[in-house]
Amino acid sequence: MKMKYVSIAALLAAALASPTALAQKTIKIGNTNPYSGPASAYGTIGKTIGAYWKMVNEKGGINGRMVEWISYDDGYSPPKTVEMARRLVEQDQVLLIFQSLGTPPNSAIHKYMNAKKVPHLFVATGATKWNDPKSYPWTMGWQPNYQTEGRIYAEHILKNNPKAKIGVLYQNDDYGKDYLKGFKDGLGDKVSMIVKEVSYEVADPTVDSQMVQLQASGADTFFNITTPKFAAQAIRKAYDSGWKPTHYLNNVSASIGSVLKPAGLEKAVGLISTQYIKDPLDEQWKNDASVNEWKAFMGKYYPDGNLADASNIYGYTVAQTMHQVLKQAGNDLSRANIMKQAANLKNFRPETLLPGIRINTSATDFAPIESEQLIRFDGKEWKRFGAILGK
Amino acid sequence: MSRRQMIVVALVLLAACMLPFVVSNYRTFQFTLALVYAIALLGLNMLTGYNGQISLGHGAFYAIGAYTAAILMDQYGVPYWATIPAAAVVCLIAGFLFGLPALRLEGLYLALATFALAVSLPALLKYHHLEQWTGGVQGIVLLKPDAPFGLPLNPDQWLYFFTLAITVLMFVLAWNILRGRMGHAMVAIRDQHIAAEAMGIHTAMVKSMTFGISAMYTGIAGALGAIAIQFVAPDSFNIFVSIMLLVGVVIGGLASISGAIYGALFIQFVPNIADAISKAAPWAIFGIFLLGFVYVMPMGIAGAVRMAVARLTRKAQNQAAKP
Repeated sequence: MKMKYVSIAALLAAALASPTALAQKTIKIGNTNPYSGPASAYGTIGKTIGAYWKMVNEKGGINGRMVEWISYDDGYSPPKTVEMARRLVEQDQVLLIFQSLGTPPNSAIHKYMNAKKVPHLFVATGATKWNDPKSYPWTMGWQPNYQTEGRIYAEHILKNNPKAKIGVLYQNDDYGKDYLKGFKDGLGDKVSMIVKEVSYEVADPTVDSQMVQLQASGADTFFNITTPKFAAQAIRKAYDSGWKPTHYLNNVSASIGSVLKPAGLEKAVGLISTQYIKDPLDEQWKNDASVNEWKAFMGKYYPDGNLADASNIYGYTVAQTMHQVLKQAGNDLSRANIMKQAANLKNFRPETLLPGIRINTSATDFAPIESEQLIRFDGKEWKRFGAILGK
Repeated sequence: MSRRQMIVVALVLLAACMLPFVVSNYRTFQFTLALVYAIALLGLNMLTGYNGQISLGHGAFYAIGAYTAAILMDQYGVPYWATIPAAAVVCLIAGFLFGLPALRLEGLYLALATFALAVSLPALLKYHHLEQWTGGVQGIVLLKPDAPFGLPLNPDQWLYFFTLAITVLMFVLAWNILRGRMGHAMVAIRDQHIAAEAMGIHTAMVKSMTFGISAMYTGIAGALGAIAIQFVAPDSFNIFVSIMLLVGVVIGGLASISGAIYGALFIQFVPNIADAISKAAPWAIFGIFLLGFVYVMPMGIAGAVRMAVARLTRKAQNQAAKP
């Protein structure tokens, strides 16, 4: 009997003596995703990442530690995101928050995460403001941001058609304006090439009248900064009205299934957009090792997931980046070190990125992916062309 | 109020004061939000429960209150506590003015008119000529107030007590309004508006005033909510807010003051429970909860509590009557 007490006391003492060692047996990663609500189509990203950590754990974890993935539904509603982020940080005591999705939800917790000094990593939004290490040293984006992409199109137009007359349609919010700013910065002193810019509200039923205005302006080049529903309308209208400009479509709406098909594939021929992740439907990756690896992963760990949904290969790729940061952090799982390692990615390449694209970050550069390749739609699929553009 | 009711209220208040010292900051924050909802629900309950007017647009007044507070704090440096009366006045006027033309509309038509208000407001908040105040889609980020006078409370606890004090004030005020002339007039119009008019009640005035007061309550809640969340954006105030408020009123109990508290706890915590049960279909689980409550407690939670108390009292009396 006495022995029992002694051993319990010894265990207790051991537990009290090394609380950090115990706490660090697992790596707790928090996340918010819209599993319900208007943006619930993106919820599959959270599920893919959850499946990824399951795979990592089965293979022995990261530096011997298991990953615990805690993902809550915020329905894309900023107040709910605040509540859930606080739950993750204060209640669940996660080490960091990873891939919280959407610009408004992340804006709502931006200050909070930085005040609490909790890493707020690789957020799932293309806004440029996540790359601001001076004011927000605890927040980092991941995907090429909208300004980067806007600049890439400008670069291409200047090179191929310096006399272009450009019409721009953009969504009247920070996403649309972000693209427009990058595009104008890219044009530089040639910004007068833009002969007409019109905007629409998310609540608008159609963009038909805007398209008529653009056509009437005499523009021969069209930069289409719209979300999927409006992108499909604009593509159809540009074709049906007989305008047929050189058409640049932002990457946000480059999905064949949800944009080009509804618009009509024959009407989308010749569209130009950008890509940075391998498209699993693309024939040329049929025998690609990384894409097949991803397919095997999907089959084993997330069999319900749709192989045609670009969000799933995106989730897999961004999770690899987080994996790399945790690997680099080694045994020092302090929040400061996590940030230090996130800002110390050098030529890191998840193989599911397009060939030639690498992830680089530094203490002053919180924009992990800064290059993309142009793609053109041939009526069946996107075809990559030209060199990797951007940094 | 009977002596027993007073004891219950005192006990609930005591428990509410102890709460932030026994639960975590995160839970305290959640309870602060529940108090905020309670104020909003009380306002909507006056309109819907007591006066019989259905509103699907109270999310709009919630948003107006929130933006009033946010803009005053952000642009004009007004201290957070002073924004509450400002939000109250703005929403009282907005509600009263909206109530005037809306009077011509009865029942479902009024519901649709208010619905229009709620769906259009987020778009208005994004309107670029208003952007210099509203911050457009980006919204406005606010700072969290610290406890004043060197009170040994952290910001979450302080905000909880601040909200609790306003909640108590608003409940006492509602209790007085509803027991008085105004309250009786409201109920009379709901039950028999022709008879009410024949008795000399100025129906139009009472209805507009009810709308105004109801909007004022919701606006105060919106302002407190903005301070607690520290962020306002158009996406925060979609039509869903209005619907949740209506759900809260009905689940809590129509025409019941305590119902506002039950309803607030329901809309604050049940979605989280639903999410914990199923990640795949949280709103389906929420729907099941909703159906369950509606079937089991057709008079709302407040009605069920009232019936349970009545039954227990009767039982006790029966036992006492036995020799």
